[in-house]
Amino acid sequence: MSRKETEGVCFEKREQVDAILAEYEGKKGTLIPILQEVQNLYNYLPREALEYVAERTGVPIAEIYGVVTFYSLFHLDPRGRNIIRACQGTACHVRGGKSVLQALEKELGIKAGQTTKDLRFTLETVACIGACGLAPVMQINQDTHGRLTPEKIKTILAGYR
Amino acid sequence: MTTINLTINGQPVQAPAGTSILEAARQAGIYIPTLCYHPELRPEGACRLCMVEASGSRGLAAACVYPVAEGMVVKTNTAKVREARRTVVELLLTNHPKDCLCCQKSGDCELQKIAADLGVRKLRFEGGEKKSHAIDDSNPSLVRDQEKCVLCGRCIRMCRDVQGMDVYSFARRGFNTIVTPAFGLGLGQAACSLCGQCSTVCPTAAIVEKDDTDKVWDALSDPDKFVIVQTAPSVRVALGEELALPSGSVVTGKMVAALKQLGFDKVFDTDFSADLTIMEEGHEFLHRLQNGGVLPMITSCSPGWVNMIELKYPELLPHLSTAKSPQGMFGAIAKTYFAQKAGIDPAKIVSVSVMPCTAKKAEAARPQLCDSGYRDVDIVITTRELGRMIRSAGIDFAALAEADFDSPLGYGTGAGVIFGTTGGVMEAALRTVADVVAGQSLPKVEYHEVRGMEETREATLNIVGTEVKIAVVHTLAAAKKMLERIKAGEADYHFIEVMACPGGCIGGGGQPVPVDASVRRLRREALFGCDEASIIRKSHENPDIIALYKEFLGEPLGEKAHHLLHTTYQAQRR
Ligand code: SF4
Ligand code: SF4
Ligand code: FES
Repeated sequence: MSRKETEGVCFEKREQVDAILAEYEGKKGTLIPILQEVQNLYNYLPREALEYVAERTGVPIAEIYGVVTFYSLFHLDPRGRNIIRACQGTACHVRGGKSVLQALEKELGIKAGQTTKDLRFTLETVACIGACGLAPVMQINQDTHGRLTPEKIKTILAGYR
Repeated sequence: MTTINLTINGQPVQAPAGTSILEAARQAGIYIPTLCYHPELRPEGACRLCMVEASGSRGLAAACVYPVAEGMVVKTNTAKVREARRTVVELLLTNHPKDCLCCQKSGDCELQKIAADLGVRKLRFEGGEKKSHAIDDSNPSLVRDQEKCVLCGRCIRMCRDVQGMDVYSFARRGFNTIVTPAFGLGLGQAACSLCGQCSTVCPTAAIVEKDDTDKVWDALSDPDKFVIVQTAPSVRVALGEELALPSGSVVTGKMVAALKQLGFDKVFDTDFSADLTIMEEGHEFLHRLQNGGVLPMITSCSPGWVNMIELKYPELLPHLSTAKSPQGMFGAIAKTYFAQKAGIDPAKIVSVSVMPCTAKKAEAARPQLCDSGYRDVDIVITTRELGRMIRSAGIDFAALAEADFDSPLGYGTGAGVIFGTTGGVMEAALRTVADVVAGQSLPKVEYHEVRGMEETREATLNIVGTEVKIAVVHTLAAAKKMLERIKAGEADYHFIEVMACPGGCIGGGGQPVPVDASVRRLRREALFGCDEASIIRKSHENPDIIALYKEFLGEPLGEKAHHLLHTTYQAQRR
């Protein structure tokens, strides 16, 4: 890893990123763990941090971008404090998963895949979370909410605001 | 080396171990269609178009990556193979715009040719989801249209392995996969040299030169404009390929005649200003050598190379010669010296250049290149664009009678013409530097020490008693290695020539496609042929250059020359 031309680079939490890079210094195949740790730091992967990682590891920024966009676990945009996963699997779909999702979108004022401006919520869809008996379901962080109706959404969300 | 015996379509074939089925077949004259394969790039086996039946392989084998084996039986044209290939092409076409008739790549598109060759007549999978992407028009040189991308990855490999610029990568996955610079940036925002090499390997119109021919047509039809044109050294040995002539044809006279028919008021030669570049750059080199200036001095006529060093190694910019490129010098002289001499208002001159290079379009747009008081070069078109203009004007190129360049910016020496190949600028400079140091015209003209096609070549020459250590580098990946050596203090050269493209301008990003090592060799030999046929082969002996200094510029590196013919560089932050 080279330190070339990175001395003057300045961005939020740079020292922590340096610490992560130092931890993996000289080891091979470490891009993904580095990116995971950097993401834990910010909750997402800010462009400046990725460019810095590229410069320091010598991995081209285009390649890093390729890796980050390949794995769904990485995020290029800030994430909400609460992650909502609305299930759109077959069972949920049959039992009104779509209208639950629409209610979520309406209540939050965002589309699936987006984050609210106040960074409170990120709304995502998933294919199946294995709780078909409770369909339609959604997960908020670690909590599973089942037998949903569009009417229940407002109250449930209030508990996370 | 072990030789492998196999049969392809019943024909016995021998190939060295490690050869791919594809290479073995091509050597035996058997054609297998390919898309992601390119003879100059590392094979990747991505598109599956080259599938064949091969004994020993469970399903069909991708011929471009599947190695030959002893006793292997290969069939390239069975019903199963044809159906599989056709399916690949149909799937590609289903997700591809169907505007072939109006496409910039029409006639040169590999996808079009493959579909025609395979006889694809209808698409069975029509109606699925289609991708839609914005056009990347963010820079003066290249246009990217991702809807035309077939994900072959050739641009990625070219940019990474040959140019060392790593601009592109595959991103996302599955149906959403795209090829893109980081963060979806345009090439104008990414750290791209604009060398255009990616456009020479892209099989479709997903990466093409920015078409500026309409600007030229507009200027030509404007009665108030005086439209002049300069043609770069390497264009004359490549343009013929655009017009159905064999590679390596020297078409100088026909090219001049065609430009006159297109309506240019004066047809001039960049060879002339290449000689001028040698005057300034040669004297600059001697000045640095004798006065403890920054060494090694590195040539600056390749704008892809200049972009690269400005982007990636700005701390090394003092090594660059401050002499402008031949295009830049021509622009400054045309709107001053020529305008005065011909009694034309420079405001009415439209200065066009025909270049082998996409980065030249960006070079002409540099704010530094306005020393005439106007934009020195107004419009830059590539060899490919000139080919299209000549075709669209209905000119029967092969039948044209040869014509001569106009005076006073139309005469170049043999030294000027070899600027178009790797090693040529160095050789031209040495011819002049040696004579200047000796104070007389030495018998030595050719410097075979600097000729060749290796990416990095070096030599130590005795120039009239002084040891001069030189190096010649082409491709940006090789240039990067050289800069790393300079930074590490391991490069004790005095003078280095760098050209961004493989082979120099003859392999430029704006030259006709397809191109490979054999095509570049023919173009290069043609250029050396032009040099040998020249009566004057040293830049400082060009009578028009002598007159230019006498009547107008004064001395090389003098005040006027400094103002018009030298430039500055600055770090690019993208
Ligand atoms: S123009 Fe050159 S540097 Fe830019 S993306 Fe294409 S190959 Fe890479
Ligand atoms: S842009 Fe062209 S070369 Fe690059 S992957 Fe797409 S089709 Fe292939
Ligand atoms: S040419 Fe062989 S897989 Fe693309």
